[in-house]
Amino acid sequence: MNESYTAVAGFAQTWGLIYFVVIFAIVVAYVLWPKNRKQFDDAAQIPFRED
Amino acid sequence: MCRFKTGARKLMASEKARLVSLEEGLFAGFLVLLTFACLIVAGKTHDGVMSFHALIGAVAAGAGVFIIFNNYFNSENAAPVLQEIDGKPNYNMGPVKFGTVASMVWGIAGFTVGLIIALQLAFPALNFDLPWTSFGRLRPLHTSAVIFAFGGNVLLATSMYVVQRTCRVRMPGSVLPWFVILGYNVFIVIAGTGYLLGATQGKEYAEPEWYADLWLTIVWVAYLLLFLGTIWKRKEPHIYVANWFYLAFIVTIAVLHITNNLTIPVSVFGMKSYIVWSGVQDAMVQWWYGHNAVGFFLTAGFLAIMYYFVPKRAERPVYSYRLSIVHFWALIFIYIWAGPHHLHYTALPQWASTLGATFSIILWMPSWGGMINGLMTLSGAWDKLRTDPVLRMMVVSVAFYGMSTFEGPLMSVRAVNSLSHYTDWTIGHVHSGALGWVGYISFGAIYCLVPWLWNKKSLYSLKLVNWHFWVSTLGIVLYITAMWVSGIMQGLMWRAYDSLGFLEYSFIETVEAMFPFYVIRALGGGLFLLGALIMAYNLWMTVRAGEPAEAAAPAPGVLAAAE
Amino acid sequence: MSLWTKHQVFEKNSFALLIGILIMVSIGGLVEIAPLFYLKSTIEETEGVRPYTPLELAGRNIYVREGCYLCHSQMIRPMRDELERYGHFSLAAESMYDHPFQWGSKRTGPDLARVGGKYSDDWHVEHLRDPRLVVPASVMPGYPFLAETALDTYGIADHLKVNALVGVPYTDEQIAEAGRDMLGQANPDTDASDAFKERYPTALVRDFDGNPKAVTEMDALVAYLQMLGTLVDFSIYDDKANLR
Repeated sequence: MNESYTAVAGFAQTWGLIYFVVIFAIVVAYVLWPKNRKQFDDAAQIPFRED
Repeated sequence: MCRFKTGARKLMASEKARLVSLEEGLFAGFLVLLTFACLIVAGKTHDGVMSFHALIGAVAAGAGVFIIFNNYFNSENAAPVLQEIDGKPNYNMGPVKFGTVASMVWGIAGFTVGLIIALQLAFPALNFDLPWTSFGRLRPLHTSAVIFAFGGNVLLATSMYVVQRTCRVRMPGSVLPWFVILGYNVFIVIAGTGYLLGATQGKEYAEPEWYADLWLTIVWVAYLLLFLGTIWKRKEPHIYVANWFYLAFIVTIAVLHITNNLTIPVSVFGMKSYIVWSGVQDAMVQWWYGHNAVGFFLTAGFLAIMYYFVPKRAERPVYSYRLSIVHFWALIFIYIWAGPHHLHYTALPQWASTLGATFSIILWMPSWGGMINGLMTLSGAWDKLRTDPVLRMMVVSVAFYGMSTFEGPLMSVRAVNSLSHYTDWTIGHVHSGALGWVGYISFGAIYCLVPWLWNKKSLYSLKLVNWHFWVSTLGIVLYITAMWVSGIMQGLMWRAYDSLGFLEYSFIETVEAMFPFYVIRALGGGLFLLGALIMAYNLWMTVRAGEPAEAAAPAPGVLAAAE
Repeated sequence: MSLWTKHQVFEKNSFALLIGILIMVSIGGLVEIAPLFYLKSTIEETEGVRPYTPLELAGRNIYVREGCYLCHSQMIRPMRDELERYGHFSLAAESMYDHPFQWGSKRTGPDLARVGGKYSDDWHVEHLRDPRLVVPASVMPGYPFLAETALDTYGIADHLKVNALVGVPYTDEQIAEAGRDMLGQANPDTDASDAFKERYPTALVRDFDGNPKAVTEMDALVAYLQMLGTLVDFSIYDDKANLR
């Protein structure tokens, strides 16, 4: 029982960490990607685009 | 659900005469069954509280059936509700108005109970030695009234408003939105009266007993469907970031609520139940719930308010939409880990509390990212703070958010927590977030909403808003500083030793030392309540005597006209 | 048609958002909560911890009902001042039959994890009736109604049954005799109390509220308070055996 816990914990502490750092990097890259800029600037205007 | 509605509407359009829609039929059927179920429980139960609550349930469900059919017969020949009028969405603002009014009523009730229990701690005779007026029963009434009744109605009302506006579409259903807002307030009544009568699960911020929890679960699923249904219908391709935060709030609260309230009732005819979790596991589940009630109810939901109302009021888009996306994912991922910092040095294994503290400190980053995003929205328009007290209130609220989210990680550090835990410091911390952040952002949103909803040009009096702001700010400052001093002082007195190595103070001496601070705290709370009363008067006068907005169209608000 | 397909994409997006949120918020909770159920080291190996007697359970329910946990903790931390003020730090094992846990989060009043046996029954009765009679500077509410309210014995066996269902090791006999045991514990020197003692050999049998005429809510609450923290004998408990 405890061995499987150690194994899972070990996996989470290495690959889990890498996995989330990569996801974070992807999110940051996505939001900073120059091509996406227009889309986000556009979305920020939504509250003012009312009828 | 949506598709059924569309089908029903087509039918109506073709036949002209209105049939009972599937939605109306289902809700009426459900409520009829519920009425009978409640009556059976009321008849068979052994305990008085259960029979009282079952009767409330029967009356409420019966009233629901009556409203549905009354509405049907009144509008028998009327055309079905239009989705659009002159090409503009025909927003459904009735439930939003109800939620706005309810939040003010519950808010004042909750602040008043808070003041009463603050005074009870200074002057214990005010407990009157009666079961239903003693501190132990009034405190859950206070916390639930301000968090779930005041805060909950603010969240329901603003989310219904924002999701319709930013999707540019009417909410789905005719009964559903009313079921959500009225059903939620019935939950509040059952929970609140239950506390006074001694119905409680004994888990902080999750006190309502099993039947109230069950009812809230039903209402909450309906709320999720209503919110998602509006998004599915939307005319605006992009889902605005405020809606992300609202969705995270709704979904996560559902998960938290169900997990932390997995109880088995002793009998379906009795109020008492036992939670399936025990001891250390129950503690972990409870504070995972408890801290994320802060994270997702009192933070994510109100951040959604910030992301819509601050840009709206400042008349400029959010400082960085890109930051808001990072803010969102980082906040929801990290917040959920923070719970066990409530259990430092307890019988919870240390790895768990250390993990919680680590994430609490990391949480500082996304929290401040959000704060910066809110504050910097004002860049280039700081002068508005001088002229617009509503905007000032919201900006100060974001500043309080920054302060509490700095203080929180600090208090989650083991060494600091060893001093602060069990003391009033925690109470002060909670209130800097609750009064400063949640209270002010809510007040700001309501000050915006009331003229928009009731189609008024502006508020009755900005001068009164100014008074509200200063009176309640003074109240908050008194409250927080009193609790800082008393908390730290009590923590230090508990661990003080005399020169011979004995504990210097008996426990009761530390209680006595709290007295002046408890009085100051009550004064602060009283000022906060006074501010809310000024606000209620101002809103009342706005609705009654405010100048109508120029635009003739029913739905658009002041700002749309100004554009 | 084209509008319809577009609409579907939007639906998928909101679903994607929903699923994304669910995944993100599940991870932290799972990692922190799940191991507590299967890591053996979470709850210490101890002797003496037993389920609550029916009377104590009823008392505990009154403790919960009156919201005592809002001002009193039941969790002593391993710090010098707390050990001296309250006694041995609390073990996870000591609350393993607690549904719900009552560790608390605030000490407006002192910790109660080991209040059992510290004061006499009379002191508790007086103190609960009028706290300032015994402790002049106390800010605790008075609970005079407890001594005047007869204890509700209705369905106590069902209470034990539900507790057994969620993992408290009550025997069938303890469940069946719960009603009698509840009164037996508060009525010493009766047949019921003798039978009770056989089922709960380590429990106290006394007329807790000093009123032999009735079993009241005061009896139940004082019975509960008087057993708090007394189950584990710390003179023989080995701290090092359960180092975590």
